[in-house]
Amino acid sequence: MSELFSNASMLEMYIFETTQLIEQLENIILEVEKTNAQDEDYVNEIFRIMHTIKGSSAMMLFDSISNLAHSIEDLFYFIRDQKPTNINNSNLCDLIFEAIDFIKVELAKLKSGDKPDEDSSQLALKIKEFLLVLKEDNPDTGDIIRPKSEAKKQYYIAPDLKRETSATKYYFANIKFEKGCDMENIRAYTVINNLKNVSEDLINIPEDIIEDDKADYIKVNGFDVYIKSKSGEKEIIELLNKTPFLENIDFRNIENGEGEELFKKPDTIVLEKEIKYPKVETQEEKAEEKVSAPSHSAQNVISVSVPKLDQLMDLVGEMVIAEAMVTQNPDLEDLELENFSKSARQLRKITNELQDIVMSIRMVPLSTTFLKMYRIVRDISKKQKKEVELQLIGEETEVDKNIIEHIGDPLMHLIRNAVDHGIEDGDTREAKGKNRAGKITLEAKNVGSDVLILIKDDGKGLNRDKLIEKGIEKGLIDKDPEELSDKEVYNLILNPGFSTKENVTEFSGRGVGMDVVVKNLEEIGGSIVVDSAEDKGTVITLKIPLTLAIIDGMNVRVGTSRYTIPIMNVKESFRPVKEQLIKDPDGNEMIMLRGRSHTIYRLHQLYNVETEIKDLTEGILVVVEQNERTSCILVDELLGQQPVVVKALPNYIKSTKNIKGLGGCTLLGDGSISLILDVNGIEYI
Amino acid sequence: MTKDLIEDIDEYEEDTQKDKYLTFQVDEESYGIAIGIVTEIIGIQPITQVPELPEYIRGIINLRGKIIPVMDVRMRFKMDFKEYNDRTCIIVIEVKDMSVGLIVDSVSDVLNIPEEEVVLPPELQKKSNKYIEAIGKVDRSIVLILDCDKLLRDEDYTKIKEIEKDEE
Repeated sequence: MSELFSNASMLEMYIFETTQLIEQLENIILEVEKTNAQDEDYVNEIFRIMHTIKGSSAMMLFDSISNLAHSIEDLFYFIRDQKPTNINNSNLCDLIFEAIDFIKVELAKLKSGDKPDEDSSQLALKIKEFLLVLKEDNPDTGDIIRPKSEAKKQYYIAPDLKRETSATKYYFANIKFEKGCDMENIRAYTVINNLKNVSEDLINIPEDIIEDDKADYIKVNGFDVYIKSKSGEKEIIELLNKTPFLENIDFRNIENGEGEELFKKPDTIVLEKEIKYPKVETQEEKAEEKVSAPSHSAQNVISVSVPKLDQLMDLVGEMVIAEAMVTQNPDLEDLELENFSKSARQLRKITNELQDIVMSIRMVPLSTTFLKMYRIVRDISKKQKKEVELQLIGEETEVDKNIIEHIGDPLMHLIRNAVDHGIEDGDTREAKGKNRAGKITLEAKNVGSDVLILIKDDGKGLNRDKLIEKGIEKGLIDKDPEELSDKEVYNLILNPGFSTKENVTEFSGRGVGMDVVVKNLEEIGGSIVVDSAEDKGTVITLKIPLTLAIIDGMNVRVGTSRYTIPIMNVKESFRPVKEQLIKDPDGNEMIMLRGRSHTIYRLHQLYNVETEIKDLTEGILVVVEQNERTSCILVDELLGQQPVVVKALPNYIKSTKNIKGLGGCTLLGDGSISLILDVNGIEYI
Repeated sequence: MTKDLIEDIDEYEEDTQKDKYLTFQVDEESYGIAIGIVTEIIGIQPITQVPELPEYIRGIINLRGKIIPVMDVRMRFKMDFKEYNDRTCIIVIEVKDMSVGLIVDSVSDVLNIPEEEVVLPPELQKKSNKYIEAIGKVDRSIVLILDCDKLLRDEDYTKIKEIEKDEE
């Protein structure tokens, strides 16, 4: 466990995220309890939250939290898929609240630097029993279910009993359940848990008995348990006999010597002391260095709500304008004010610095988020005995804080999916003639006015037929499968509840991940594209829009309106001469430039702006390029180049009309608004 | 005791806004909007035109770093455009998390119109009163109380477009 705290920033992140999720969950449950409604969205939301907590807790090795989350996730998985009608809502809410409180206490311990050492198995068991009862329930009966009281009765053996019999004995039991009783794994887990109360140590075969895929094994073979206990044989048999749906117990004593041998603990999971992180200096690391004696309770990161930052930025923007208004006040013109201009210069310097700082607060390099992925890849690949290499490209790309918060989760899910579903195990890879170690590339880059994040793996890729089959089964395909394009088929995996993986693992496989990804991306107006080639791998591209990002822009003027063209789109600008211009019979204007012709778009015509400059030779042509297509935009004049903060158009306008060719708007130094052109969209006006 | 006090305060705060209407002048008529949704009133500002929008949305303005769209209420009511002057005001309202500025000829007053003085508009066959939620009586004059939700909704715009097309 000591390694666990070596990475304080990760722990901090975990606490922050989990706290948020738990708060969110609490609100949902409160709402559910209040309205007494089982909205499908709520169920999905709870499921998502538990899934995320499960994943991140498992990553941090907080098994008790992860197990608890897993059991709740199971419960809601059942509710989501089977849609049972007779759930006792208040019991359910009580149960979830109990779980929330448990996790809260654990988080509080983590915050104060303690270990999260509470055992959640009792609670998890309760939830499992609730699920069990739910599953057994006759759909006709109204509300039933009082699993808790029953569950508690079973732990009737007081701890005192252990001390009464002094000699430690070893037993073996093979337990089989009746055919068709279902949920064998959970029943087995219940038995094990009951046994834990009376025994010092247990070994059960198969291990991880609670995993869903073990149910089939137990159904056929039953399960074995070795018990080390001070209790008498009789007591244990009595306890075992209480198991519901019991078919057969094969019970015998084991010689002490043999027993001791059995219980000799193997060195469980030895953790590597060092994980190789490439040294990228992140802000958090810098901050850590400054703190002389880093204690776990010391928070050197505080979370500030983004709206507050927005407010701050708006205020600073205003101040810059106000400063310009004062120092360039027309009343001061032609006056010799030596002292005043000195002070004014000082003021300008400070406001500029302030502006820079405020801007930089919001911009965070992706590296913190990207580096988190090393740990995830390492953990999953280790658990699944796969060799996976993660390569990061362009992690220094800076994106807005808002965006970072929204892409952390999706990235985690995508990387997990890539390792879990994408990359094959070593032998299979070799058989296919691939490198034994799988490779995942995580790449970020600025493309045009977007940030693209690519997650590439060289695994088995997506299988078209399987996806279609599953899609039909889930009722997601409403036309002839043959007509679907590959892209359409691949994008099926983005639907909630879609998973082709038969086995649900700790990390992924319930089709909930992609669902989260899409949701998170939609919130920031991004999009996702899945592409794949069977046996070659899968590429998932996240496109994050320019919202709130800072871009370099060329400001231009048309009439009284100002526009900003992203500088990466601008190739050149010039005043055309008559000889270069061509007009075709339809009236389309073109220009010949170094042997190639380009279409001319008159901005004043496109946007119906009044201007005096209508003759091409009087205006300026800006040559823009996007997706390897070039065109020319006619403007009145160039105003200059400057970094601008992109603001989205107001919601009211967006909801009224989707304006093509506009990527947002920005404030210029004098407080006026400039519209940002989306060069790609201009062609479609 | 303290609980009662808090409730009293809550009630009081609600009370201060209840039945209060901001009235303004468009053409000859006096209109009112519930004071609760009004954020502020500002003088006319430089407006940046945004292409492709219905005519009555004049564009966007920079309100202390916040960018909000402005709607000309005259043009929304299909009256002719009138040059803005120093009486022209922008009433910034917030409806459903959307801030929108309403350009009106002039702002008059904040009036207290008790519930019993407010009546529903007559059910006219024509759709002319669709933005009018109710009619308030103040002394001898009347105030047309606007349904801002309907005022902002763009469905009307698409409907109008359809009708226009049909007429063509």
